[in-house]
Amino acid sequence: MSVLTERSAAEIARDVNARKLSAREVVDATLAHVDAIDAEVGAYLTPLHDLARATASRVDERVAHGERLPLAGVPLAVKDNMCLVGTRTTCASKILERWSAPYTATAVQRMLDAGCVPIGKTNLDEFAMGSSCENSALGVTRNPFDLTRVPGGSSGGSAAAVAAREATIGLGSDTGGSIREPGAFCNLIGFKPTYGRVSRYGLIAFASSLDQIGPLTRSVEDAALAFDAMGGHDPMDGTSIDRALEPTATALREDLRGLRVGIVREFALDALGPEMAAVYERAYADLKALGATLVDVSLPTAEHGLATYYLIAPAECSSNLARFDGVRYGLRVDGPDVNAMYERTRAAGFGAEVKRRILIGTYALSSGYYDAYYVRAQKARTLIARDFADAFAGCDLIACPATSCPPFAIGAVSDPYSMYLMDYYTIPMSLAGIPALSVPCGWVSEGGTPLPIGLQLAAPHFAEGLLLGAAHAYERATEHASKHTPRAGAPA
Amino acid sequence: MSAYEAVIGIECHVELKTETKMFCGCRNEFGGEPNTKVCPVCMALPGSLPVPNRKAIEYMLRAGAAFDAEIPEFSKFDRKNYFYPDMPKNYQISQYDMPLTQGGVVRYWLEDGTMKTCRLTRIHLEEDTGKSTHAGSGDGRIAGSSYSLVDYNRAGVPLMECVSEPELHGADEAVAYLESLRRTLLELGVSDVKMEEGSLRCDANVSVRLVGAAELGTKTEIKNMNSFRSVHRAIESEIERQTTALESGARIVQETRGWDEIHGVTHPMRSKEEAHDYRYFPDPDLVPLEIAAAHVEHLRGALPELPWRRFERYTVQYELGAKQATQLIDNPALARYFDRVVEASGNPQQSTNFVLGELSRLANERGVSVAESAVTPEHVAELIGMVEAKTINSKIAKEVLTRTWDGAGSPRSVVEKEGLAQTSDPAAIEKLVEEVLGANPGVVAEYRSGKVAVAGFLVGQAMKASRGKADPQLVAELVKKRLG
Ligand SMILES: [Zn+2]
Repeated sequence: MSVLTERSAAEIARDVNARKLSAREVVDATLAHVDAIDAEVGAYLTPLHDLARATASRVDERVAHGERLPLAGVPLAVKDNMCLVGTRTTCASKILERWSAPYTATAVQRMLDAGCVPIGKTNLDEFAMGSSCENSALGVTRNPFDLTRVPGGSSGGSAAAVAAREATIGLGSDTGGSIREPGAFCNLIGFKPTYGRVSRYGLIAFASSLDQIGPLTRSVEDAALAFDAMGGHDPMDGTSIDRALEPTATALREDLRGLRVGIVREFALDALGPEMAAVYERAYADLKALGATLVDVSLPTAEHGLATYYLIAPAECSSNLARFDGVRYGLRVDGPDVNAMYERTRAAGFGAEVKRRILIGTYALSSGYYDAYYVRAQKARTLIARDFADAFAGCDLIACPATSCPPFAIGAVSDPYSMYLMDYYTIPMSLAGIPALSVPCGWVSEGGTPLPIGLQLAAPHFAEGLLLGAAHAYERATEHASKHTPRAGAPA
Repeated sequence: MSAYEAVIGIECHVELKTETKMFCGCRNEFGGEPNTKVCPVCMALPGSLPVPNRKAIEYMLRAGAAFDAEIPEFSKFDRKNYFYPDMPKNYQISQYDMPLTQGGVVRYWLEDGTMKTCRLTRIHLEEDTGKSTHAGSGDGRIAGSSYSLVDYNRAGVPLMECVSEPELHGADEAVAYLESLRRTLLELGVSDVKMEEGSLRCDANVSVRLVGAAELGTKTEIKNMNSFRSVHRAIESEIERQTTALESGARIVQETRGWDEIHGVTHPMRSKEEAHDYRYFPDPDLVPLEIAAAHVEHLRGALPELPWRRFERYTVQYELGAKQATQLIDNPALARYFDRVVEASGNPQQSTNFVLGELSRLANERGVSVAESAVTPEHVAELIGMVEAKTINSKIAKEVLTRTWDGAGSPRSVVEKEGLAQTSDPAAIEKLVEEVLGANPGVVAEYRSGKVAVAGFLVGQAMKASRGKADPQLVAELVKKRLG
């Protein structure tokens, strides 16, 4: 029974389309598994049993009517910052705890149109602000490979759900690493497409110029299938790119011959400690063994990525989150006048990290500080993007660490700055708007528990096909992901 | 003569007449049940995103071209951040440092026909807010109210903000400026520009200074004016208030003042100390706008005749009075009709007489507009031709016009059918004159004894005998000749 939950999206869709398997069987198995283990994992904030069953039946009908759906019957976990009509959409915040979305996000809708079945809405750091899922106001999510550890964040719920076989594809959103870091922490492919490739319509904004939806999957092929289904121009998003999407799932490679892979001079591996450094040395060697030519590239301004990001993202968030005021929807705490109502509502509704970022952002945009902070950060962002453009003049892909440490224990990182450092390797790609992913590249052991490590690959704008193709070759050759099974949700 | 002069700048907000709102697909219409013309975007629901309305941008460019503004190739939207319940996102999408148009000039004319100019600072595009109703505060303001209701139907309607330089001197100029702005936007078809429906709203920055002073005085911003008449009254009242204050040695405080229509005075609303820091920054949800120079050139070339140009054509080329010209310009359908009459008749003066005279009187009386009546511009030109050729006189012409209006056919056919052609045969008229003189020997005697004014009576009698058809000039000549 539970072997169904082990299957890839490609396998499920193939068998459902061939009517060897019904979407309803897949979804019933998945829901049973969720019921059995999610109390332990805590991936879902809102499981959607009824909707899942009804949607699965509808998929079976569509298939019976001769439709061929690229993701027929594939169980989908949706990060709870994406709208799905009629379901609670909370952003893991008290301010939206009881808000039900009256419309569906474009990316979610496209996944449903492709045959996916929504299993539930998953936990995240409140408003996607965090790297461990610990900033959720509504629940704790645990890493399925070690339940004492974090799943990463902010898309930690979707990552944990897919790692624990509570879904086959997870939708995440990545602003500075929020798909790639939990992907790495949960032994998954975490893929952030080029900014503008996947519509943001219906994704509750954290930082509009950086947010991008992407998949978390257990295989590169599934990530490619998901991207092909959700990507492409959307007239509802003014920043969506009107450019044809070449299918990626049919262009996966088996080797890296002819590719130049850039190794970033400034990202010295010894900073990571001997065990992780060894994993990455091995990963680079494997890329070479697959036929790639390793070249030295430089990203001289990348070290300023973190400081740049922590001005731009809070500035945008301070304005994006102004709409949560108690007037039209969400939490309202009454007061003697409208200003008191705003203050009380926002004081009670937002968590500490969200407030911290709103304050930083408000400060950075204030008159007298705007030029020194916001404007300078935008200039730095331009320089970082230029560094990538220069680097890609000499290579086809860049390889580097996805994270600076393996998944850490819940509660172990308490000061915000240390938490911000988690995204050190992923933020520069976000600032440049280029596609990047993390792919499992090995394991380290802490206290006898094997913990997954991710390799980050990045490509020039719109080169998702190349990026996924290369990741596929690496995944096939190394098979790191399958070396250990999660403690939670392992097949019975 | 006051030693002080007023300096006024006007800031207008004009709702653009697009089919849909600025950043979503909701209908852009005035009125309706509260909160029925809304969607996730204009209600700022979580996750919704704005997509700019191309038509609104086009309308802005058209207005910029009409006011000779500079239209840069690059523009962008910014967020203006402040909290207010009628603004759903708690920021307004507006334009800060790179508006769609910069500079420009509004040409306007005063009642006496003097043409003036007032430069524009800029015109930018933004979104309108919703409308709040505050209950229980007495003055209708949010402070002290027990509850407030918000209608978001207007939220997100495209709004053009048009800011003038402080170059207007007095209420007459301010209102004449506004009228010209309004006429131009109407002619361009970009807005209804109705103050009563709020599609035109304006504030006035008023200051006074000693005549000849180089520095501007301290200004106040006047709000709550809901008609051109109240703009005029408010500005006059404010100029008087400031002048009186300065003459008595008091100081003007920079503040916002509300116009009180009932009492005819302005009241302080809030002082500038509470000025907001709006934390403008480029809206990351909207990509910068690139405006092709070739497109702007095309727009400049495709402009209709603007009201100020039409005014010049009417007053300079056609030698119409300022009042007549303005009357025509304020009725664009009538002006177009008038232009066709002039074109067909080649006689602007007679065209004015008929269009603004008898035709407008008939339109008023019958409740049908001139343009929609049975009288075509060609009919009027035909009539003018018959008057010029003395086939009929102007009195008969009016009669013929009424018949044509009522569907009796073209003026020429009416004249022919009813035998209304003027009699200008000297022999026939001479016979008439002789009969009149013979029948009035007493009057003839009076004339000959020196009371020459009685000739008019004899002319009138002769005209009457011709049933109005005789050429009045010829009759007068013959009467004088016979009496001579
Ligand atoms: Zn709308």
